[in-house]
Amino acid sequence: MIEINKVSKWYGEFQVLTDCSTSVAKGEVVVVCGPSGSGKSTLIKCVNGLEPFQSGTISVEGTSVGDPKTNLPKLRARVGMVFQNFELFPHLSITENLCLAQEKVLGRNHDEAMEKGLKLLDRVGLKAHAGKFPGQLSGGQQQRVAIARALAMDPIAMLFDEPTSALDPEMVNEVLDVMVQLAKEGMTMMCVTHEMGFARKVANRVIFMDRGSIVEDAHKDEFFGQPRSERAQAFLSKILHH
Amino acid sequence: MNLHIDWGVLLQESPTGDGPYWKLLLTGLKWTTATALSGWLLALVIGAVAGVIRTAPIRALALLADAYVEVFRNIPFLVQLFFWFFVLPEILPAGAGRWMKQDMPYPEFLTAAVGLGLFTGARVAEQVKSGILSLSRGQKNAGLALGLTLPQTYRHVLLPMAFRIVIPPLTSEFMNTFKNSAVALAIGLTELTFQMKQMVEYSSQVIVTIFAVTVLYMFMALLVNRLMAWIERRARVPGMIAGGGK
Ligand SMILES: Nc1ncnc2c1ncn2[C@@H]1O[C@H](COP(=O)(O)OP(=O)(O)O)[C@@H](O)[C@H]1O
Ligand SMILES: [Mg+2]
Repeated sequence: MIEINKVSKWYGEFQVLTDCSTSVAKGEVVVVCGPSGSGKSTLIKCVNGLEPFQSGTISVEGTSVGDPKTNLPKLRARVGMVFQNFELFPHLSITENLCLAQEKVLGRNHDEAMEKGLKLLDRVGLKAHAGKFPGQLSGGQQQRVAIARALAMDPIAMLFDEPTSALDPEMVNEVLDVMVQLAKEGMTMMCVTHEMGFARKVANRVIFMDRGSIVEDAHKDEFFGQPRSERAQAFLSKILHH
Repeated sequence: MNLHIDWGVLLQESPTGDGPYWKLLLTGLKWTTATALSGWLLALVIGAVAGVIRTAPIRALALLADAYVEVFRNIPFLVQLFFWFFVLPEILPAGAGRWMKQDMPYPEFLTAAVGLGLFTGARVAEQVKSGILSLSRGQKNAGLALGLTLPQTYRHVLLPMAFRIVIPPLTSEFMNTFKNSAVALAIGLTELTFQMKQMVEYSSQVIVTIFAVTVLYMFMALLVNRLMAWIERRARVPGMIAGGGK
């Protein structure tokens, strides 16, 4: 469903991504990990065209992301994205956050959007907070709302960029639980995360990035069993034993 | 100068033919308010547009808006007014220039209001731009990632927060429009400071005149301040620290 083919990207002289190739099949869950600054966020933002790239191709269900003729808003509306810092819209209530794009992008009427939004809010366990504002919720609750907001668009795939790393430790699980549930229901997911417990539980494949390159791209058992590259081994031992 | 204070002078007939002196000041107040308010409305529109353009990804337009802000912020308002009033009619094509000099209604007022709008608009644009830039880049990405177009993202995501953040600096810009409107006395607009000068000249009651005019300016500043505080209260976002961005 997501095909990434020899993608390279530069910020001026600095090469952030070097010949990255991988793919995510329908229903597959792929975890992307690697040291900070290795280009994980950049790669995942290239998938829905939030970051342009200079060479290579990315296609989502056959639509080429880098093609200037592609209607990016339309493509993005079909790919959900969840950010490290939640990025709920602070001036809008929870239900308004859930309805905004449904109405403005998909053209749903307010009642439809509301019904969908409340159903998803219930699913992430936050129905009681519908009338509140983002600033009145905890980080974990905000991130669950952000997931619900993305799901309200009926996405064909979901991208996560370190969805739990800005959270206090006691809130990590409430967000991971929602993501595990989603994976089990067959959602296609590409997740940048260092939560290896999550990866073990639901990932099909694990991608390890270092200095802008995909160093390892392996089935989860293989990755956790015996990563081939030294860098991946070093990284794994660091995050698993701290 | 007459240091004998006579409050009764406000009720005396002025030799300008405008009725008693209090009426003279009232006319001034009327023009000051009209100039400041229309200048402010114009400044809000121009400033919002220019501020947005300066953060948008169309380079040529952004440069143009940058140039506007630099020019209008860095030339004294008095010089700008002289330019619009005395120079512009001379350099326009003959027909338009003649219209400005002979047929344009309320020439002093219109020139002052538009001039003030352009001058203040550059300052508002600066505030709007910094308000937008103070929002995290993630907010824009979140809007776009949901499928909103860039204009929709500005309209529904970025601008509502940016305007909330810049209410305090905009309050002082709004108050400045009242103060700056006094500069228009130089092109003959009979606003409050102009009338103050007249009253001082004819009545010699310097202290009474200046006291009355000071009270009127302070009263206007207070009104603007209260109005903006009310708007700020109404726009407050539940769960957020007042005026705080991220
Ligand atoms: N807008 C930018 N301009 C220049 N360099 C950037 C920009 N954004 C990210 N980078 C650099 O690109 C590299 C990869 O960043 P990122 O994709 O955020 O890494 P990760 O998500 O793996 O921590 C980092 O070295 C970062 O400093
Ligand atoms: Mg990152």
